[in-house]
Amino acid sequence: MDFSGRLPHAFTTPGSSSFVEFLANHAPDLLPSHRVGTTGAAGHAAPAGPGAQLAPHATTIVALTFGDAGPAGAGGEVGVVMAGDRRATMGSMIANREIEKVFPADEFSAVGIAGTAGIAVELVRLFQLELEHYEKIEGALLSLDGKANRLSTMIRQNLGLAMQGLAVVPLFAGYDLDRGTGRIFSYDVTGGRYEERDHHSVGSGSVFARGSLKKRWHPGLDAQGAVHVAVEALYDAADDDSATGGPDSVRQIWPVVVTVTADGYRRVPDDELAAVAAQIVAERTEQADGNRAARPRAPRTAGQGGDAQ
Amino acid sequence: MSMPFYVSPEQLMKDRADFARKGIARGRSVVVLAYDDGIAFATHNPSRSLHKISEIYDRIAFAAVGKYNEFENLRVAGVRYADLRGYSYDRADVNARGLANAYAQTLGTVFTTESKPLEVELVVAEVGPSPAQDQIYRLSYDGSVADETGFVVMGGQAEQLGRDLGEAWRPGMTLPEVLHLAVSTLGGADARDAPEGEQAIPASQLEVAVLDRTRPRRAFRRLTGTVLAGLLEEKPEEAPHGP
Repeated sequence: MDFSGRLPHAFTTPGSSSFVEFLANHAPDLLPSHRVGTTGAAGHAAPAGPGAQLAPHATTIVALTFGDAGPAGAGGEVGVVMAGDRRATMGSMIANREIEKVFPADEFSAVGIAGTAGIAVELVRLFQLELEHYEKIEGALLSLDGKANRLSTMIRQNLGLAMQGLAVVPLFAGYDLDRGTGRIFSYDVTGGRYEERDHHSVGSGSVFARGSLKKRWHPGLDAQGAVHVAVEALYDAADDDSATGGPDSVRQIWPVVVTVTADGYRRVPDDELAAVAAQIVAERTEQADGNRAARPRAPRTAGQGGDAQ
Repeated sequence: MSMPFYVSPEQLMKDRADFARKGIARGRSVVVLAYDDGIAFATHNPSRSLHKISEIYDRIAFAAVGKYNEFENLRVAGVRYADLRGYSYDRADVNARGLANAYAQTLGTVFTTESKPLEVELVVAEVGPSPAQDQIYRLSYDGSVADETGFVVMGGQAEQLGRDLGEAWRPGMTLPEVLHLAVSTLGGADARDAPEGEQAIPASQLEVAVLDRTRPRRAFRRLTGTVLAGLLEEKPEEAPHGP
């Protein structure tokens, strides 16, 4: 043991530019994959259980590309939009109304998380640090594929916990500086990495969000239009999925929406989102009013109530 | 019978110090200057990729002179130290003082216990919310630490350049002013006699970076290409000398 106070040898050993690898060698207990679940006697992992009941779960994330990536000079900004709702649930209870699930991974990429919130937030923190660490040590940015692969490795390390019901499924999107386009990557719990075209969503409300994206997304959307489509997809997800929160005009809580372009990561300010949400609510109200007007209400008969608890 | 070899500890330390000093003086100087919105670093470095000035953490930067492989090793160790500390506590808990201490212990231990001292001299600087809270630590090959205010010159003719800077530097200078001062100091005395608009060292041969306190999180920024050329062209106003 060295008591001189000098930097330990692990710090001055040349080699990896990866912070995760450095942690694995020097302080493995700080890695999220080592921190929980592996503390049982004789390597006994914690039993598989209903993870959803134990810890808050984060839900729907959507991402879509925008701009015309065609021939140069086609005009307009090119990039991706990522958006996440603000609800975390624990079973059927709302654990948090203001959780943020979309984060900057670095200046040119964003990561959104669905799954066990605690582990996911930790994973994002480590992923951000991993990219920044590489950038500082190498003096250069990782390629977008390189970033996507690093995230894949980190999710793979979480497989043990995922098997116990504490899965993390991120969505990664960024601006590819080499190709000049926005790109989206989805993952599974085993670390599988899949590049998505145009748009994608993950989390409990993803089925509904994906349906909405499919109808509303079209090539050549501009940044503003893409933000609208993203918020609308979340609105549709919240409409049909109890674990996804819609825009909350009472508490003034709006989804987290970010754009990533050649100019970097930008979070869309709340007042813009309030306007977008208000517009969507107005459109839907008008639509519902029209539907009601077209169909005269039949007198309600007893015994048709839903499954009231 | 000749006497067995005996070298007194004084002589041993002096030899080591001379050896390290010689190595450090061979290279080109690095200047570090505080200005109103941060701390500027500059050196004459024709290489675009082998840096002498680097980012360590959000508000902390590192500058070094001496042997590249030795200070590069210390730089990487510093990044790892800062990132590990920020990850296990919080980003706000990483400060220049802790890092300067770790470097000082490392340099001191190597100086006394290993066969060759490190031929490096370092500056660890941190910008605070106001100029009064800026910290600049200068670390020598033997582990000694000095808490500097205002400006530091390391390497090359450090003493001479330090005297030049001491006469010209004053608190509250702007970025173009300190860059002019840095370039004229690095270029030596003849730069001041150069014709109007001509710099002793062209912008492409300069490595310049700043810790800019007005930037949100990561304060470190390299100044290159047109940005640097633009700043150097800006004619600083003839400011009156302070009391």
